[in-house]
Amino acid sequence: MIEKTPILDIFTYIFLMVGILIVGFPIIYSLIAATLPLEDVSKVPMPLIPGDQFMVNMKEAWTRGNLGNQIFNSFIMATGITVGKITVSMIGAFSIVYFDYRLRVVAFASVFCTLMLPVEVRILPTYEMAANLLGPLQGLWDVLHLNGLVSWFAGHDIEVSLNWSLLDSYTGLTLPLIASATCTFLFRQFFLTVPEELCEAAKMDGASPMTFFRKILFPLSKTNIAALIVIEFVYGYNQYLWPLLITTNPDMTTAVIGLQDLIPQADDLPEWNVALGAAMMVMLPPVLVVLSMQRWFVKGLIEKEK
Amino acid sequence: MEEASVYIHSMIKRSTFKSGYLPYLLILPQILVTLTFFYWPALQGLSQSFFLSDPFGRSSKFVWFYNYIELFTDPLYLKSIVTTITFSIAVATVSITLGLFIATMANRALRATALVRTLLIWPYAVAPAISGILWLFLLHPSYGIVALTINNWFGTEWNPVLYGKDAMIMITMASSWKQISYNFVFFMAGLQAIPRSLIEAAAIDGASPFKRFWAITFPLLTPTFFFLSVMNIIYSFFETFGVIHTVTQGGPGGSTNILVYKVYQDGFVGLNLGSSAAQSVVLMSLIILITFLQFRYVEKKVQYTG
Repeated sequence: MIEKTPILDIFTYIFLMVGILIVGFPIIYSLIAATLPLEDVSKVPMPLIPGDQFMVNMKEAWTRGNLGNQIFNSFIMATGITVGKITVSMIGAFSIVYFDYRLRVVAFASVFCTLMLPVEVRILPTYEMAANLLGPLQGLWDVLHLNGLVSWFAGHDIEVSLNWSLLDSYTGLTLPLIASATCTFLFRQFFLTVPEELCEAAKMDGASPMTFFRKILFPLSKTNIAALIVIEFVYGYNQYLWPLLITTNPDMTTAVIGLQDLIPQADDLPEWNVALGAAMMVMLPPVLVVLSMQRWFVKGLIEKEK
Repeated sequence: MEEASVYIHSMIKRSTFKSGYLPYLLILPQILVTLTFFYWPALQGLSQSFFLSDPFGRSSKFVWFYNYIELFTDPLYLKSIVTTITFSIAVATVSITLGLFIATMANRALRATALVRTLLIWPYAVAPAISGILWLFLLHPSYGIVALTINNWFGTEWNPVLYGKDAMIMITMASSWKQISYNFVFFMAGLQAIPRSLIEAAAIDGASPFKRFWAITFPLLTPTFFFLSVMNIIYSFFETFGVIHTVTQGGPGGSTNILVYKVYQDGFVGLNLGSSAAQSVVLMSLIILITFLQFRYVEKKVQYTG
């Protein structure tokens, strides 16, 4: 502090405490609700002293919401998106920064154009694409009248319809979300700050491009990778619209979407204790990831958005 | 334009690798995913928006700009635009103000800064849909504690199930709460980047802490401020889908039906493919415009602080 301002300091701490309380209140309150029996949670106002039903509510939420299965699905989706995104964008950025080839600028520009275009703005066509990956080829097939050609070859009528659906599959949950211009940009930005001498030295020692990537570039990128792991894991785990569309089988639903079924509707028993208990369990994995990797997370968030 | 191409060309290492096919192989996954899940769907959406098709996709007719004309003469769509703008301004204002306030306080505090950061950072990891569930409980008309407090203080009957204004306040609270920690992280970084010598010089000249905030800190934070405005508006345009879906589902009477939710409802629930595609195209143009404005005006200012 620059000068002594005792009164202002007291207010600083009071306001800070109020701020933390505002931020923490919804969770504290929900945690208390998750410990109460049904008759207490529906009391007006709800008592603020925790009850002893925590484990009972949690168990009920776990089985009723099929949370084990759904959290597993979310986990696969989040991990798939994280690993996929980081791998794809890292080797992509390596190609753009460390090689000089004819289509480099085209490749770079075509990735650049997708910056900031979230899946939400192109849901319907992307869904159709995922519903049948071979759809565009089918169009080509029809235009070329290949059905006729095949039938002529076979000597009888054959109807060929190309179909490869990603609906209700882990591939469908992850693959469309792993193309990310922002990650490629982050790596590109970072690679550009790596000293030129490292590459020159590696080349002089006769290292191949991939050896350079594995032995020098990858170890140097570790902090960036750690930061991206946190951000992309949270992003993947918390996806909503895409899994909502692409999964119809309840066994493939992700946890964040499955919670919807536990919210008490107007005619149900107001079992908020169970619903909120489930919400606490579902939000735990990404919160733990952020808290345990806080240092990289803050760095990554700021670097990524720069 | 020339500036841009020079920029792209110069962004490569001086010493590069020579390899015939390797760079293409490295960029291939990124290009493939981008083509399949960005460009093809975007083109598909664009072309669909010029067709009128029946819900079963059996027939479609080329109708020029019919879908767009229908859209912009539809009072429901115009209402949705107003709703989206109101909502995003409300979310940005609430979450940026609180984020800045808490960050300023945390920056003044001398003790326990690491603990304070930990306590404020984790809501970032909570999915919008879960944030929606927490606030649905807090603002529940019959037993939500915040709802009861509002009833007592303002003497009005709070009911987000019946009143559009209340529903709007509810989704604004649920969406802003989660975003406070995001804004906090950026303001904190911005505050810590301000040289102490500037603040000290002003203090020696006799400027009070408030004066220092408005005359030095706040102007130096403007780049962060602009950047966060854009990010919060984009967040409230798209990522809040989860909040709307769990909390109000666009209701009551379409009062919380923001644009992205309307695309989903018209396309996947109403099966009005042409209109949904046209809406996607409008959203896409909108986000391209925002990105362009950000690059054009905000990025320059960010460089100012270095």
